[in-house]
Amino acid sequence: MSDYTIAAIEHPAELQHQFEDIGQQLDASTLGMWVFLLTEIMFFGGLFCAYAVYRSAYPEAFAEGSRHLHMVLGGVNTVVLIVSSLTMALAVRAAQLGKRIATTNYLVATLGLGLVFLVIKFFEYRHKFIEHHVPGPNFIFDGPHAQQTQMFFSFYFAMTGMHALHMVVGAGLLVYFIIKAYKGRYNARYYGPVEVMGLYWHFVDIVWIFLFPLLYLIGYHHGLAP
Amino acid sequence: MVSHPEPKRIYFAVFGALMVLTLATVLVARYELGVLNAVVALTIAVIKATLVVLFFMHLRHSSQLTKFAVASGFLWLVILISITLSDYISRAWLPLPQAW
Repeated sequence: MSDYTIAAIEHPAELQHQFEDIGQQLDASTLGMWVFLLTEIMFFGGLFCAYAVYRSAYPEAFAEGSRHLHMVLGGVNTVVLIVSSLTMALAVRAAQLGKRIATTNYLVATLGLGLVFLVIKFFEYRHKFIEHHVPGPNFIFDGPHAQQTQMFFSFYFAMTGMHALHMVVGAGLLVYFIIKAYKGRYNARYYGPVEVMGLYWHFVDIVWIFLFPLLYLIGYHHGLAP
Repeated sequence: MVSHPEPKRIYFAVFGALMVLTLATVLVARYELGVLNAVVALTIAVIKATLVVLFFMHLRHSSQLTKFAVASGFLWLVILISITLSDYISRAWLPLPQAW
């Protein structure tokens, strides 16, 4: 039996004692977040897969439904989300440089853009309710493929709804990170949590990058809705 | 590894590319290209997603293990979609066995 003793090893407060150094801790948390995001990829992947099955079955109905979505609002939201990804990336960079105020400001900008996205999404949904384009007993659609178009709108609400839910969660997390960043909890050595927050935010952006062309643009070559 | 902060211009360049590709996907959608509409839209979306993953999510500076995990995740997504679609698309190719 070896007779070494386990000494209490000095380590900085932000370094969990199971890690050798801060770099290993950052690698581990990055990998952990990616593993979570892989489960998210499979979750959204199931939705995209179901969408592909029904779109290949009812191509005309999907194009017809797509023409009744507000392409300009969808496009504006795409730009808003991409700008928010830029501010998020700059927030991580500011955290890496240990700039407390810049980190806070970029995180606030990201939160603001996320809220702009959700407000625009709210008005889009509101318009769909007014037009009776929400699937269910009150669904009304003038066109040759009303039932199949209802299927398209089911995918529209399920996919954008799950995406919007992820945005709400991301906005809540951002509030927490803004407070922590403002209090100066992050520095040039310890910025891992901001990096991991960024991974989540960029992932939600990627989901929208696929949703925009697949939902809003598939009927565009038939012209805009009457 | 604790990565070194990248120059701001890299982030702005990626942002510019994402904007140009967004405009491209809208413009291409105006033309009737048959099945190519979906192919072009998905190709542009995959390029945009790759830019975000490599530069905004810093995957090119991540550990080998993280890169491997991400690649395997996308491989599983391809399996999910391709095997499901190969079933649905090929179902009508052969007549169903009839009862006798």
